[in-house]
Amino acid sequence: MTFSPELEARFEKMIGLYPPGRQKGALIPMLLYAQDETGRITDELIEEVSKRLSVNKVEVEEVLGYYTMLHREPRGRHHLQICTNVSCMLVGGEELWHHACHKLGIGNKQTTADGQFSLEEVECIGACSWAPAMIDNYDFHLRVTPESFDALIESLRQKQ
Amino acid sequence: MLFNEPHPLEVKVLTKRFEYPQKDPIWIDEFLAKEGYAAFRKALEMPPDDIIGEVKKSALRGRGGAGFPTGLKWGFVDRSSPKPKYIVVNADEGEPGTCKDRVLMENDPHMLIEGCLIAGRAINANRGWIYIRGEYRYLIDILDRAIQQAYERGYLGENVQGSGWTFHLSTHTGAGSYECGEESALLESLEGKRGNPRLKPPFPATSGAFQCPTIVNNVETYCAVPSIILNGGEWYAGLGTPKNGGTRMVCLSGHLNRPGVYEVPLGYNLKQLIEEFGGGVWKGRRLKAVIPGGSSSPILTADEIDIPADYDSLAKAGSMLGSGATMVLDETTDMVKLAHRVMKFYAHESCGWCIPCREGTAWLEKMLRRLDEGIGVARDIDMVGQLSHSMLGRTFCALGDAAAMPTISIVEKFRHEFEAKLAAAQSFAPEPETQPLVVL
Repeated sequence: MTFSPELEARFEKMIGLYPPGRQKGALIPMLLYAQDETGRITDELIEEVSKRLSVNKVEVEEVLGYYTMLHREPRGRHHLQICTNVSCMLVGGEELWHHACHKLGIGNKQTTADGQFSLEEVECIGACSWAPAMIDNYDFHLRVTPESFDALIESLRQKQ
Repeated sequence: MLFNEPHPLEVKVLTKRFEYPQKDPIWIDEFLAKEGYAAFRKALEMPPDDIIGEVKKSALRGRGGAGFPTGLKWGFVDRSSPKPKYIVVNADEGEPGTCKDRVLMENDPHMLIEGCLIAGRAINANRGWIYIRGEYRYLIDILDRAIQQAYERGYLGENVQGSGWTFHLSTHTGAGSYECGEESALLESLEGKRGNPRLKPPFPATSGAFQCPTIVNNVETYCAVPSIILNGGEWYAGLGTPKNGGTRMVCLSGHLNRPGVYEVPLGYNLKQLIEEFGGGVWKGRRLKAVIPGGSSSPILTADEIDIPADYDSLAKAGSMLGSGATMVLDETTDMVKLAHRVMKFYAHESCGWCIPCREGTAWLEKMLRRLDEGIGVARDIDMVGQLSHSMLGRTFCALGDAAAMPTISIVEKFRHEFEAKLAAAQSFAPEPETQPLVVL
């Protein structure tokens, strides 16, 4: 399995960032960066990463169940993560969440039929002073209203 | 850049280089032009004990939540140990309500690098990692670029600034876990494992990253160090209150006219903070309560907040300064719903390593949901309190306490709201007869 030249270069450098013999340290960053390219964690990817870091496959699978950003199932091209934790909840985060579900016709951790959007209700994303907030893949959107959410969806659809 | 308009009453130490509006991070040329790395060059001439001495004098305390004296922590590291020593930055900012570390890293990434360098000199470390939560991916790009610049200008790498000392620094990403903000869980994660906490002692200063002596500090803590070295520990201490030195970043959120991240001296009055910086409660409503230091900190009612906001004063008031996340609740806030939402978070984030936390948070979430949805029974209110108490102090890490403490305080201080919600629900449906678990 090969990755883009940029990612290959990054991986090569990454392994040297941990003490000798402790290259397993690179496991979680490697999985996340690889997932960004492959879209999800596949069996092939698990095999590849375990080989590159000389760890057992089960050691890879062990962390997959723990970290919420690592996922084996495919997600939408735009994975929309809406925060409903306290700071967001106080200023309309829950309403935004329900609006988003209704607008896209999907629920938590579901993907639209065209594969364009998936939704996830997430815990605090560190945008509390600019709430309610959400993330589209890795892009933060602050002080989101139902109207600005609709506008975002339209603009993402048109970009397609 | 992500930042709100500064406030004229701010005391700018950490944010001294920030401009508003600022388009780009402060890259190395601008950083050097604005006294950047001057503190590190000064530290290069100082014996490590003097560096630690200045940090001790500054009364700087950990800004991640626990408020442990930073100089004391650094002093625990055995510099003569034959093992490598490590610097770890906790940039896993995840305490609900907290959004300050990202502001520091996004605007002034070299300030963090400089703090790491000084800490590295102080404990004779040759390597460090900045552990950043995965959601802050864009910050990894910013920090990686800043680190690259520091390597190119000889502030990182071998023979740093001709001193003969080597220091390497890199970013390391998390992948979605609140628990990894707990220092020992963070170290597990850094080693490529699930983020379960470790049994302490040994503390990281003895056995940390890769079982070597390590200091783990919050982003803001490291960022404060250059100013301390440059201007002296006494100067920094003088900005705050006794044993609570310097300034801190406060994240105001919730029902406010002007939520935002501001820099204030330690000991700044909490009520004034909300009124002056936050612009008071929004929509002309009255204040009901304040969560002063992130969702793990016990709640304060509107008449309990006329106090200095520093570690000791908040502890005296029965709460915590925590991570600086100040959440403001107006008179319309449903406290039962709040308690439920807070517990939903902890139940989701419990790593499952210790049973009191894994089971306790899950059961508390179920009970609080019942109360919130109006299908609870009266004894649930007491049971929520009892169960929370039985979780306190019985877990490897502080997550169990973090879930229990705010819950106990919300139930105690707003019990009438729980009872009222129950009564309102019961006026529709009478309390059902309790069914025996086993019918004999």
